[in-house]
Amino acid sequence: MSEYLLETREITKEFPAAGKKTVHAVSGVSLQIREGETLGLVGESGCGKSTLGRLMIRTLKPTSGEVWYRRQNITAMKDKAFLLMRKEMQLIFQDPYASLDPRMTVRDLVAEPIETWKLCPNREAVTEKVKELLNAVGVPEEFLYRYPHQFSGGQRQRIGIARAIAAEPAFIVCDEPVSALDVSVQNQILNLLKELKISRKLTYLFISHDLSVVRYLADRVCIMFLGKICELGPTEEVYRHPKHPYTRFLLDAVPEPDPSLRGKEIRLLKGEPPSPADPPSGCSFRTRCPYATERCATEEPALREIGNVQAACHYAEGIQE
Amino acid sequence: MLRKKREQLEQAADIRLQSQIGEEERFWFLMRRMARENKTAVISFIFIVLMILAAILAPVLTVYEENDMDLMNRLSAPGGAHLLGTDEGGRDVLTRLLYGARVSLLIGVIPALLSLILGAVLGVIAGYRGGITDTIIMRIADVTLAFPSMLLAMVIMYALGGGLINVFLTLTLVNWASVARVVRSQTLQLKNSEFVEAARVMGVSNRKIMMRHILPNCLPTLLVLFTLNIPTSILTESSLSFLGLGVQPPNASWGLMINTGRQYLFTAPWLSFVPGIAIMLTVLAFNFLGNGLLDVLDPRQKKQ
Amino acid sequence: MEQKTLEVRNLTVCFRTEKGIIRPVNGVSLDVPAGSIVGIVGESGCGKSMTARAVMGLLRYPGKVTEGSVLLNGRDITNLTEKERRKLRGAEVSMIFQEPMTSLNPVVRVGKQVEEAIRLHTDCTKEEAKARTLEMFREVEIPEAETRYKCYPHQLSGGLRQRVLIAMAMICKPSLLIADEPTTALDVTVEAQILKLLEQLRDGGTSVLIISHDLGVIAKVCDYVYVMYAGRIVEEAETEVIFRRPAHPYTQGLFRSVASLREGGSTLETIPGVVPNLHRLPAGCSFSLRCGECDARCEQELPELKETEPGHKARCFRTGKEAAE
Repeated sequence: MSEYLLETREITKEFPAAGKKTVHAVSGVSLQIREGETLGLVGESGCGKSTLGRLMIRTLKPTSGEVWYRRQNITAMKDKAFLLMRKEMQLIFQDPYASLDPRMTVRDLVAEPIETWKLCPNREAVTEKVKELLNAVGVPEEFLYRYPHQFSGGQRQRIGIARAIAAEPAFIVCDEPVSALDVSVQNQILNLLKELKISRKLTYLFISHDLSVVRYLADRVCIMFLGKICELGPTEEVYRHPKHPYTRFLLDAVPEPDPSLRGKEIRLLKGEPPSPADPPSGCSFRTRCPYATERCATEEPALREIGNVQAACHYAEGIQE
Repeated sequence: MLRKKREQLEQAADIRLQSQIGEEERFWFLMRRMARENKTAVISFIFIVLMILAAILAPVLTVYEENDMDLMNRLSAPGGAHLLGTDEGGRDVLTRLLYGARVSLLIGVIPALLSLILGAVLGVIAGYRGGITDTIIMRIADVTLAFPSMLLAMVIMYALGGGLINVFLTLTLVNWASVARVVRSQTLQLKNSEFVEAARVMGVSNRKIMMRHILPNCLPTLLVLFTLNIPTSILTESSLSFLGLGVQPPNASWGLMINTGRQYLFTAPWLSFVPGIAIMLTVLAFNFLGNGLLDVLDPRQKKQ
Repeated sequence: MEQKTLEVRNLTVCFRTEKGIIRPVNGVSLDVPAGSIVGIVGESGCGKSMTARAVMGLLRYPGKVTEGSVLLNGRDITNLTEKERRKLRGAEVSMIFQEPMTSLNPVVRVGKQVEEAIRLHTDCTKEEAKARTLEMFREVEIPEAETRYKCYPHQLSGGLRQRVLIAMAMICKPSLLIADEPTTALDVTVEAQILKLLEQLRDGGTSVLIISHDLGVIAKVCDYVYVMYAGRIVEEAETEVIFRRPAHPYTQGLFRSVASLREGGSTLETIPGVVPNLHRLPAGCSFSLRCGECDARCEQELPELKETEPGHKARCFRTGKEAAE
């Protein structure tokens, strides 16, 4: 099974919470990412999507389960041994304001991974490399000695991207990279990410709450709810024919930028999302699901194949119109 | 067409500041900037330099010797031959002030610096490592802080014996704990910031993260603590001297001068006031200079 | 003539900074007719939030209203004293913010906070206040109102917190509610619920002014839309009209950006560059730097906001010409 770049096997992450509770941020997630693809990871806040992304690149360690990267179990690795893999996996952050050290110039920020991995023989070579990277992401090189606060959000995100690709990684986790940006700038960054993916043969895990952004970029999409996968499949298939009721509600709830659709009464999801510290028994979506039955309360639905999509719902076939 | 537009825009929308300046030039650029924008800092800087020069050149600047007694002219008021008057032994106050500056400036700055370094390093390590390292360092700090600082200083001075170096060590050991506490709490915040996580993802070693990302971001706080520590050190030393543990009479330090002058507060107020004002001005100067440095060194505080 | 809850005329807000005076809000005129939802849309830094703050009299130093007037239900509230304004806020006009967590006091139970809002403006007994709070909680569809009444803000989800804020804002039945990015911090499924709630408030007679960067939100609930760019209104029309026939190149670019994202394709449409620095606005049209159709005149001369068709205004030389052709 070597076609996967990265694979998680029954990965679980629990955090201790107040009152001796545990928050099940991610519970038993198994998924595979193929080399060169973009996997979209969608879900609402608190569903564990960011945690899952960080588990994959081992900035967090799982409570149980394993992460395999290029046929190596990186969960079992010693810290020292993993350091060699570190270079392969990078992270692009949501907030371009918080993720750049305010006291460092653009040059030092982008040079940091190059210097850490000693990719260039001397200072001049590093500076040259930084210039080249800035060009690649569309930041004019005369801004080399400026500080992050002198840039707009979009330009900062470009700097963050330059830094992420500086060590020439193979796999990048993009954690909501455009959700802090304005619409017009957001598209510039998405274009850039797509362009870099092709020119540098990258594999992305693209985390977002914005369904249209994911649709544009992702080859496959994975919908998460309360730490579990509820649907996973090729993007178009999932968007056109959602199998899981949660996916359907999610897609329905997105306000369309078209006032003529306003008359269409959409079905609203009732209630509030359940707390990950106290998930409902059985299917975790059942408290908000209009199709829920007794069976959903007692038996947790497994992720199963339905056509070319995987969904975790007992009635996935039944609710399709 | 659009590309041209974009270039135009990028030039228009951005701050032209220091875009073409190389790294080495940047320091002087910032200093010039400070000189231009913050007059108080410049004046303070000049004041501090003059003070240091005066202390070094004390023998040249005065006609009297530090410990020349002139019992005929005890407690004479400022003016005349003795510009700032004389003390209870008939020694010239101005002379003693200049000689005292040598000791007091050293005692103000060096322990403040040492305790800053010690406290910052330990604070960052405690905050960043956490766990048992944190517990050990912070409990020691707690114990240090729990003692009244005078008592602690006395104990250490007794153990080490007198002498200037030992005064430095004592004051460092008394003052590091509060620095460590503040730095630790800042480190805890910074540790969870995204840019530190970003560094970790890039594989930057822990030591480098502490040195390059956390310490520099504590700098504003450290500068404030530094300026606050200077008067504390000067005054603690004076109390020690008073108890016979610090600088020994008849040698002069500002703190010692205030303390001995206290007995004559009503008959010869200048004995305490003159060194008191000297301490105040010095501390203010360090404060203003610190603030000035802070403004130019902290890139976020620069106004557009 | 229909009744207007809010009339803003030629409102200008000045900021004195080290590098000179900037105008984050520059000659903005807008109307909120009674019983309607009006939207202001624009990117960050375009002055939309500042407009709302100016209307509320909540400008932070060094911001200052230097020109123009604000009429609330026909009464000029531009030059009220702080004390008079306080009486107005909450009673006649209320505001809700993007981040419901920071707008609530974390150490006071939410019920108490809402109660305080009532007792500030009316003199009713504690019992009455509590009864009204609970009633309001039910009205904004907070489930299990009695239990939630005793909760602290951090015990509630983001959606519920926003509902509490709306309850607090609506408790004295103001005629105008200003919602500054009310759903930006919320998940889509919760966003849909809150938008529906805003529509219900409108149907109950409250006028709503929504400030948002999200065209989806605007399209969904607004009756009339103002598009802002660099402190000025660049286009205004009824929602249906503006979405069908955007006239200003900026609006067009914005819509194209969103639409191309939904349609997919190899590269997305963008508006080149970034929002200009207010210190360095071009002499002419502020959008000229990013506009693909701009010419010499656009760079020199500021276009007026003028009708391109009945009920549809845009601040562009081009659209006028196009309409004439």
